[in-house]
Amino acid sequence: MSADPGQFLLTLLQAIVMGLLTGMVYGLMALGLSVIFGVMRVVNFAHGEMMVVGMYLAWLAFDQLGLDPLVSLPAVAAALFVFGYVLQRTVINPFIGLPEHMQFMLLLAVAILLVNACLAIAGPDTHGVQVDYMFDSFNIGPLVLDAVRVYAALAALVVAGLLWLFFTRTRAGKAIRAAADNHIGALVVGLDVRQLYAVTFGIGAACVGAAGALMLLIVQVHPFLAIDYTLLAFVIVIVGGLGSMSGALAGGLLIGVSEAVAGVLLQPSLKSVFSFGLLILVLLLRPQGLLARRS
Amino acid sequence: MSIWQRLTDGVPARALGALMLLAALLLAAPFLLRVLPAGDYWLSILILVIYFSYIGQAWNIMMGFAGQLSLGHAIYLGLGGYVAAALYVNLGIGPWLGVFVAIAAAMLAGGLIGFLGFRFSLAGVYFALLTIAFAEFTRILFDHFKWVGGSGGLFLKVEAEGSAFNLQGSPLLFYYVILALAAAVFVLCRWLLTSRLGYYWLAIREDPEAAQAAGINVLRTKLLAVLISAGLTAVGGVWSAFYYKNLFPESAFAMGRSIEVTLAPIIGGLGTLFGPIVGSALLVGLGDLFTTLAEYLANTWGIKAAGLKQIGYGLALLLIVMFRRDGVWPWLARHLGFDRQREDRP
Amino acid sequence: MSGAHLAVRGIAKSFRGLRAVSDVAFDVPGGAIHALIGPNGAGKTTCFNMIAGVFAPDTGDIRLDDRSIAGLRPDQICAAGIGRTFQIVKPFMGLTVEENVTVGALARTQHVTEARAAALRILHELGLDDRRTVRAANLTLPDRKRLEVARALATGPRLLLLDEVMAGLRPTETDQMVAFLKDLNARTGITILLIEHVMRAVMALSQHIVVLHHGEKIAEGTPQAVTRDPAVLEVYLGQEEALPPPQRGGGGRRPEGETT
Repeated sequence: MSADPGQFLLTLLQAIVMGLLTGMVYGLMALGLSVIFGVMRVVNFAHGEMMVVGMYLAWLAFDQLGLDPLVSLPAVAAALFVFGYVLQRTVINPFIGLPEHMQFMLLLAVAILLVNACLAIAGPDTHGVQVDYMFDSFNIGPLVLDAVRVYAALAALVVAGLLWLFFTRTRAGKAIRAAADNHIGALVVGLDVRQLYAVTFGIGAACVGAAGALMLLIVQVHPFLAIDYTLLAFVIVIVGGLGSMSGALAGGLLIGVSEAVAGVLLQPSLKSVFSFGLLILVLLLRPQGLLARRS
Repeated sequence: MSIWQRLTDGVPARALGALMLLAALLLAAPFLLRVLPAGDYWLSILILVIYFSYIGQAWNIMMGFAGQLSLGHAIYLGLGGYVAAALYVNLGIGPWLGVFVAIAAAMLAGGLIGFLGFRFSLAGVYFALLTIAFAEFTRILFDHFKWVGGSGGLFLKVEAEGSAFNLQGSPLLFYYVILALAAAVFVLCRWLLTSRLGYYWLAIREDPEAAQAAGINVLRTKLLAVLISAGLTAVGGVWSAFYYKNLFPESAFAMGRSIEVTLAPIIGGLGTLFGPIVGSALLVGLGDLFTTLAEYLANTWGIKAAGLKQIGYGLALLLIVMFRRDGVWPWLARHLGFDRQREDRP
Repeated sequence: MSGAHLAVRGIAKSFRGLRAVSDVAFDVPGGAIHALIGPNGAGKTTCFNMIAGVFAPDTGDIRLDDRSIAGLRPDQICAAGIGRTFQIVKPFMGLTVEENVTVGALARTQHVTEARAAALRILHELGLDDRRTVRAANLTLPDRKRLEVARALATGPRLLLLDEVMAGLRPTETDQMVAFLKDLNARTGITILLIEHVMRAVMALSQHIVVLHHGEKIAEGTPQAVTRDPAVLEVYLGQEEALPPPQRGGGGRRPEGETT
């Protein structure tokens, strides 16, 4: 660390801003889990793997078709929606309501399949995208913001906004929230709960796919990122609060910042220390999450 | 009731007979396998099967008996291995002594995790996440722990004059040690299941509230499950450290290793005595099968891709979980006529 | 074993600002059979839960034979000599009938063989011994209720708390349970406190009734006195008949609609 406090403060501030931007994308990823785990109580142990699939799809679109991830995002999200929908309807549905260890094992198997499919198709090397604006940046005062991170964060915000509109303004969205609150009641009222669950899982998957496309702008992809993202998603959702959309996003920001700050204050290899420490504290002291509401 | 009576009460004669046969085969296995062309390879496979049954059984005590999902069991494996290995490498203390320190360390960790989790009423996913968080924490901690080699790893020299006292020797030595451990834990679990503690664990697993009303101190009883599970797992970690002769925080405490521990008991059948054994045999067998298949595809058909073996493995896992939800052993036991009047106890 | 004396002194409990029980007090002398009645939401199960240690009373005290037990954990309450059943039965589903009761018996002995022997004796008393290897999940409701009582008895209590143990039983089954409890009380002197809606059973069993309404005690006394108490009648107003007169044992009409 430099001897100059001003310089240090600047570095810290820089890290915080970077963390906020990355955290936005984390938040979108966690939003997907909040939808899946919060609504259906499915322990989606394949969440990180779905994110990695999203990243690979976006990379393929870039590598083969020259599409910027921001452009291929809708397609990637749609592809993952379909995947999630089909997966839920065929494989996952019988496991809803079953004990966690069974769901965990089921989704673990799915995760193994996804990761190794990626490995088989794309190989073990890391891949990234080199977009034209890769080295651009915005200067706000003394702070330097990467253009890629800014665009990714903005896009994440837009997607989250669309999701919010879906859940609050559309019939399907409201039906899903109703089913989440009261399963039996939803059945009684005539909602096709199986269909709803499939749509819900699809939406969660689409979210995480979109997050993957955006994440590709920031980091490179390789198959073994997946488990870290799964854990990260769970940490964020627990810290932020289940069933709370703003909780997932805020949690993402918090974790993004804590990772960045830990990287500056300690060492990059210790960046998850704060996140896990925070998780333990939240689990013990406020398990409903920091931003919980009664849902 | 004598010890033998208590251990075998209610077990059908055919099952006992089969068990005796299995025990005899396992004792003679290294010599029987010598007959095969790749005997050493098959011995190493068998060692793996027995190792995973052992740690699966240890994990099963916490999950199958007391109903607590731990996805961070690598912490006990890693602590056990590191403590014994560090004592040996740095202080020259042999593993047969070091193992006791290892067990103590693991029990401390388990006690902390269990106490925090149960005291704060964490269950299901939340408890599992707590265990994961602690394992990750420990991983990062050991990465910076210079006395045990940090992220560079800890290595056990292969002594020219190996002796059993220092767990140095041929695979044969390691085979019999792990076999003895697996047999001991098997008998221990059976003993526990027929004891007051075993009844209490099953009661808690079924209905904690009713268990409490029947006079069971749920917190203390669950904690006992965690402590016993942690201690037994640590012994497995010690064995593993001396067998593979190296330890890295990155792998010793990895999430993947924690998951590995849980595969055999869940696939084989939670809460059963034979579940981890059957599950382990099945999974190691499948792993080997798919490795061979992948090689065949590469050599004969020129289809080469990383991860093919795992895809087959994952697919098999998926099918088993979907169609044999209670695990393979209960289904197998019914078909072999080994079950008693009650389906879910061997 | 002789029954324990239960003294409840001014207990109260609120949940998030909602008063469930306020200033309830009553005595159950050793060896007596008392009943706690009242409409749904009167606070009966909340009182039970406070006695059984599920939660502590906000104020007041609960004494068992002059020992304060308020605020103890349920397993400590069991050790102190109180056995309880649950309104919605909670058997250990995956365990057999025998194993269920053995768990209870293990509260009094360390040895499994002794506990199993004790369990079998109790199963015989309750007429469940022919089903002892059946898994609890495969039992009928009346059998599950009997199992629940057996398990509670196996813990060797001196006070038995029965929470709506007659609910869902047919008249003959109710009579059987009443006969069993009367016999148990006569033989062992165990104190019994029951929450009941099935008035047939209340009248046949109890020597003394406490009536709760909106969390407060509105009346108490002998069955004869309580069934004539105007405050009690007002609470049960709207029913076709007044509460039935005390039975001398079995038979007689049972007012319908007793499912609340």
